[in-house]
Amino acid sequence: MTERQVTTIDGNEAAAYVAYRVNEVCTIYPITPSSTMAELADQWAAEGIKNIWGTVPLVMEMQHEGGAAGAAHGALQTGALTTTFTASQGLMLMIPNMYKIAGELTSAVFHVAARSLATQGLSIFGDHQDVMAVRPTGFCMLASSSVQEAHDMALIAQAATLEARVPFIHFFDGFRTSHEVNKLTLLTDDEMRAMIRDDLVLAHRARALNPDRPFIRGTAQNPDVYFQSRETVNPFYAKVPEIVQAAMDKFAGITGRTYHLFDYFGDPQAERVIILMGSGTETARETAAHLNQHGERVGVVQIRLCQPLSAPDFLATLPASVKSIAVLERTKEPSASGEPLYLEIVNLLMEAHAAGTLPTPALPRIIGGRYGLSSKEFTPAMCKTVFDELRKNQPKNHFTVGIVDDVAHTSLDVDPSFDIESHKVVRAMFFGLGADGTVGANKNSIKIIGDDPEFFAQGYFVYDSKKSGSQTVSHLRFGPDPIRAPYLVQSANFIGVHQFNFLDRGDVLKRAAPGAVVLLNTSPHEPEEAWDRIPRPVQEEIIAKKLEIYGINAEKVARDNGMGTRINTIMQTCFFAISKVLPRDKAIDKIKYSIKKSYMRKGEEVVRKNFVAVDNTLVNLRQIAVPAQATSTRQLPPVVPAAAPAFVQNVTAMMMAGRGDELPVSALPIDGTYPSGTTKWEKRNISNFVPIWEPNICIQCGNCSMVCPHGVIRSKFYNEVGLADAPQAFKTAPIDARGFPEIRYTLQVYLEDCTGCGLCVEVCPAKSKEQANRKAINMAHKEPVLENERANITFFETLPEVDRGRVDFSTVRGVQFLPPLFEFSGACAGCGETPYLKLLSQLFGDRLLVANATGCSSIYGGNLPTTPWSVNSEGRGPAWSNSLFEDNAEFGLGFRLTADKHLTYAQELLRALAPQIGEDLVDDLINAEQVTETDVRRQRGRVAELKQRLKELPDPRVQHLLSIADQLVRRSVWIVGGDGWAYDIGSSGVDHVLASGRDINILVLDTEVYSNTGGQMSKSTPLGAVAKFAAAGKQIGKKDVALQAISYGNVFVARVALGANPQQTLLAFREAEAYPGPSLILAYSHCIAHGINMQRGLDQQHLAVESGHWPLVRYNPAVRESGENPFILDSGRPKIPLKQYAYNEVRYKVLAHTNPQEAEHLMELGQQAINQRWSVYEEMAARGGATFQPKFKP
Amino acid sequence: MDLRTTYMGIELQHPIVASASPLSASVANIKRLEDAGASAVVMFSLFEEQLRHESASLEYLMTAGTESFAESLSYFPEIEDYTVGPDSYLELLRQASNAVDIPIIGSLNGITNTGWIEYAQLMQEAGAKGIELNIYYIPADLTTSGREVEERYIEIVKAVKAAVTVPVAVKLSPFFSAIGSMAKALDDAGADGLVLFNRFYQPDFDLDTLEVAPNLQLSASDEIRLPLLWIAVLYGRLRASLAATRGVHTPVEVVKYLMAGADAVMTTSALLKNGIDYLTTLRDGLKAWMEMRHYDSVAQMKGSMSQRNVADPTAFERANYIKTLESYRSDYS
Repeated sequence: MTERQVTTIDGNEAAAYVAYRVNEVCTIYPITPSSTMAELADQWAAEGIKNIWGTVPLVMEMQHEGGAAGAAHGALQTGALTTTFTASQGLMLMIPNMYKIAGELTSAVFHVAARSLATQGLSIFGDHQDVMAVRPTGFCMLASSSVQEAHDMALIAQAATLEARVPFIHFFDGFRTSHEVNKLTLLTDDEMRAMIRDDLVLAHRARALNPDRPFIRGTAQNPDVYFQSRETVNPFYAKVPEIVQAAMDKFAGITGRTYHLFDYFGDPQAERVIILMGSGTETARETAAHLNQHGERVGVVQIRLCQPLSAPDFLATLPASVKSIAVLERTKEPSASGEPLYLEIVNLLMEAHAAGTLPTPALPRIIGGRYGLSSKEFTPAMCKTVFDELRKNQPKNHFTVGIVDDVAHTSLDVDPSFDIESHKVVRAMFFGLGADGTVGANKNSIKIIGDDPEFFAQGYFVYDSKKSGSQTVSHLRFGPDPIRAPYLVQSANFIGVHQFNFLDRGDVLKRAAPGAVVLLNTSPHEPEEAWDRIPRPVQEEIIAKKLEIYGINAEKVARDNGMGTRINTIMQTCFFAISKVLPRDKAIDKIKYSIKKSYMRKGEEVVRKNFVAVDNTLVNLRQIAVPAQATSTRQLPPVVPAAAPAFVQNVTAMMMAGRGDELPVSALPIDGTYPSGTTKWEKRNISNFVPIWEPNICIQCGNCSMVCPHGVIRSKFYNEVGLADAPQAFKTAPIDARGFPEIRYTLQVYLEDCTGCGLCVEVCPAKSKEQANRKAINMAHKEPVLENERANITFFETLPEVDRGRVDFSTVRGVQFLPPLFEFSGACAGCGETPYLKLLSQLFGDRLLVANATGCSSIYGGNLPTTPWSVNSEGRGPAWSNSLFEDNAEFGLGFRLTADKHLTYAQELLRALAPQIGEDLVDDLINAEQVTETDVRRQRGRVAELKQRLKELPDPRVQHLLSIADQLVRRSVWIVGGDGWAYDIGSSGVDHVLASGRDINILVLDTEVYSNTGGQMSKSTPLGAVAKFAAAGKQIGKKDVALQAISYGNVFVARVALGANPQQTLLAFREAEAYPGPSLILAYSHCIAHGINMQRGLDQQHLAVESGHWPLVRYNPAVRESGENPFILDSGRPKIPLKQYAYNEVRYKVLAHTNPQEAEHLMELGQQAINQRWSVYEEMAARGGATFQPKFKP
Repeated sequence: MDLRTTYMGIELQHPIVASASPLSASVANIKRLEDAGASAVVMFSLFEEQLRHESASLEYLMTAGTESFAESLSYFPEIEDYTVGPDSYLELLRQASNAVDIPIIGSLNGITNTGWIEYAQLMQEAGAKGIELNIYYIPADLTTSGREVEERYIEIVKAVKAAVTVPVAVKLSPFFSAIGSMAKALDDAGADGLVLFNRFYQPDFDLDTLEVAPNLQLSASDEIRLPLLWIAVLYGRLRASLAATRGVHTPVEVVKYLMAGADAVMTTSALLKNGIDYLTTLRDGLKAWMEMRHYDSVAQMKGSMSQRNVADPTAFERANYIKTLESYRSDYS
């Protein structure tokens, strides 16, 4: 046997480590929180890491999880040991195949990072709804409760499935286990070989489809035999518990780690017992141990094999002394009489009671309850509450714990002060910004401490819902014993506050234990100046809790040492210096060793800078003296302004303040409906640098406003009389148009919503004649201008909105005057997608319906607490919804079907009621053209008039007509999503919708990669680019979806790139919308996943077009109708080689660093592909119109 | 016909050397240069600053936006075997040295003393037969004196010479107050060769965007005059070899440089413009010219029109200027 290795990794890696080594094929698809397992499998295969039989497993990315399950099924049927990794909706898509795989008695394990299902809202976080939803498929289910178990059960499941011939789901809690970093003992290959019987592997292969000894499997069966055939499998399921326990026993013999189908923890004479599975068991058993030490008699049954649930084993586990049982479940089945485990246990006990096999003298009282949905915290206090409830004579059944349910009154009251954290454990919390590297440094600290044989370490990380300027909270524990605490730190003895302004935002010291040490990054202030700048309530808390405060101006130290804004190493060094977890010198040596290990491959420069930063940190660290009395006069600022609507004040603000857990059930919408336009109440102030307008240089072109990804640059023109009450600092200029001397122009920047991306400055074409580095818009420090600009914004909002009838919709210059109804999203700073959505909202927002595929755009578009889709001054705006990832095209088509049906019905009613309504009005309502904005506004007038007239009519059909009268104004239906959706998972839906002939518009925000799940390859990823699942560079070129769509003949198609030609983008959007059939726009969206300086995103778009990588085209069937060539090439012949564009991006460049020959080869192929495609396009553009498909009437 | 010459102690089959350029970025091209007849190849320059920048930028861009959002904690696969730093350059140098018979000279542009020394040593280890120091320094700091700039050059040469055993050449700028004295100082510091002159990056303005635009134009034949002057002046007065670079587009420039006293003549622009095979044309053209004028060897013509060997040595000095003015007056007026 090789030596056992102890390491510190997360649950995903722990499970994947085994799954990869005991399989031959992995079919994969990314979905949070399981993506890491697939990524690691792909990465290991790319690195040539072999499985236990000495061969590198084959890893194949599929187009969706249904595909992954299908391919897994095929690989299994032909004899390969096959696995897949998934979660949530992914598991839902696998269900049909799971029935097949189980029905055919196939040995396989699917590893699931269990996650919530999309219901009233999507949630990426953990619970058991997904795995509970696949119980009937015939898969057995093995649950892990910790990182070590995720590792061990992965192997036990594999050993069991081979013997049992029934497939298994091995699951663990999404995020809580999949993303928790903990110390574990790695299985050696020898140990895995000892567990997996080769004769069973050979038997699996022998059952495979093989033309050398053929048979048929997968027949169609009739009423005569299907039923009996279904019953043939019973003996196999009957043996499962015995087989799994045998595998566990064998495992114990090999590794010394003992597991059972059910494990009991607690007092052998316990009267009250909680039954549960997953990470919550760790909390429950630690709580039970604590309570038992304090004289109680309680226990916990941990379920490992939850499907099938073995009655004899369960009854043998249950202490005979038990009087009351609570079955706790991390799932919700709204229409069931109880959650599934509860029902199983009730049934099991009742059957035992009837059979006389109960271990207890009487039937125990059984209650069921729900906890922890969507990673809701499950703490020792909640466990204690349940134990306490069990003591009652009439305990609440079907309860909830961890929330306040003031509607159905299901919840138990929890005393949050109950705490079992051990004093031997260092409990640390770190509040950081995503961009400052806090989480990375903490993961590193865990490794450093975890590698020490005397310590155990645990880390868990909480991220907020924004992609830019997001806050991270790291929860770390270090101690001499294994750490079983799968819940957030309840009482911290070390708190790192890595951004000074966090002291203003929420109560970062709330969980500080008395006497705790607080490390404060005092930037931009020196530590000596920090105390007086702390808000008074925070000072009072520091004094009351006797906290010890240390400070460092970390940003200054970082800057002085060439680290830019990355303060991670500096704060990490401070932590080790003052927490004394390890001796200081030892810790510094370890930090340096770790820096060298992590960064050596990235070049000496990075190592050197980090070393210098470490050395210069300690001299700048200061203890901050805490006076006896608070000195500050500053109170905490309100979360939202007083002007915010009640819902925002009462609900949204709570979520914003990190107090969403406190919201009772009654506060929340019943069906997932939330008000539009709430981002405007969240002044995030995430950038210290913001654009400042120079009216004298500005040529009022509108480019800055057009490209602003966050909608913070607004323009208005107005009569000069409107300036009468303007603040003194309000900026204005004469409008740049002849003949309007009284008209003024203002470009107003919403500074507090700006992310500081700088795209506006990059795109600005106007420069000072005196000083070429000054443009009409320049980045500058925000602080000096903030107060004035707040007043300016308030005044700007009082200026009348520009009459849409007076706006030139056909020019970028004109569009700037249309208010964006997509504003201040939490997308990455400088996002390449959001300007397109903003444009959409400007052009058609007041009659826009958006079906949004899951992905980045659904997250920055719809992630609580605040959302960016907004309303105009008339109260109209985009109606937005996200259904799923895979069904978005169909979902959006449904919008159109309703619009079409209701329009037809409304017209039918109009005709029927025409004599009462008035023939002229009806005729206009039905026949008036609705192409231009003016047309639309006239129709709105007619609809208003109609409603007025209908009010007075007694006809019973009137109410129906009133309910759908708004549909008489032409609705603009847009189906929006990324390339992962359009090219892969939703491809067939996109295709079908394009073939529907209906008036829908599909906008693909093409980042050429799965951005939201962290950069996995899609079929849009270009040849030669490196992505997750394509670590060696993508070997196949991207799909030309434009040509596919053009082949239908009646689909409007455009490929656009705002950064290359905003006017063409605008034209394409307007033509697509005006075209009364299906339209497809492919929009180049630069992305952080390209590895670019986002400030240069527009330049990259330009180069993408210049190089021919992204030729701008339009195919307009309306042109075809007039006999002309509908295919228009809007960009010129490639002017620069592909390299010149590609090598500005890490996604291409990284291959040149890992495999230069391959990079060169792929780049050459890419160039050839561009040349070839261009010649096809050029030929198409030069053809006569008659050579294209005739136009079919939509 | 003996075309052989010796440059920095290295015997070359003829004087025409492919100078540092993108043409040497692949082994295949270096082999083509050899096949076309290059007597030696100076590799493109390894820029220490670029390596440092690349290392830092790659790290920054690979980690930008990571560990911020629960669904996308990173954006790139974890790749263990990066080659950031000089590795790929050195590997190319190593492979090229093994693949061809002609000497390969490494070219280095450093920014720190450690960089100059370490990379020079690594180049030597990788098989470079010589090292060309591409000291590319624009003293934009107005407090830096000419003397300080000169000392910097000299220090670098001394440091690198102390660190390597292969010969070391300096590609130097023409912007010294006293080129001769500077050349002598570098010679004294141990330089084995002087390459005259570096073509400095001189930016242009883009009047549409009001931006400073990079503008690297290929050299023209008339650019040989400055190097020609100084090679003619320096010939025979230094221990170091002299190499001419700039403006070599036809065999005529090669002949002129050799006559001025160059031990080697380097070319890039002509090859970028006409292709690698043009090297054969230059070599054969030199040979043809020599045959036509009945020269026996390169050694014979080398320095034949240097300052010490021309009838009027003052033609290279200030009088040259006057003479040029005078020559504008037509002999017939």
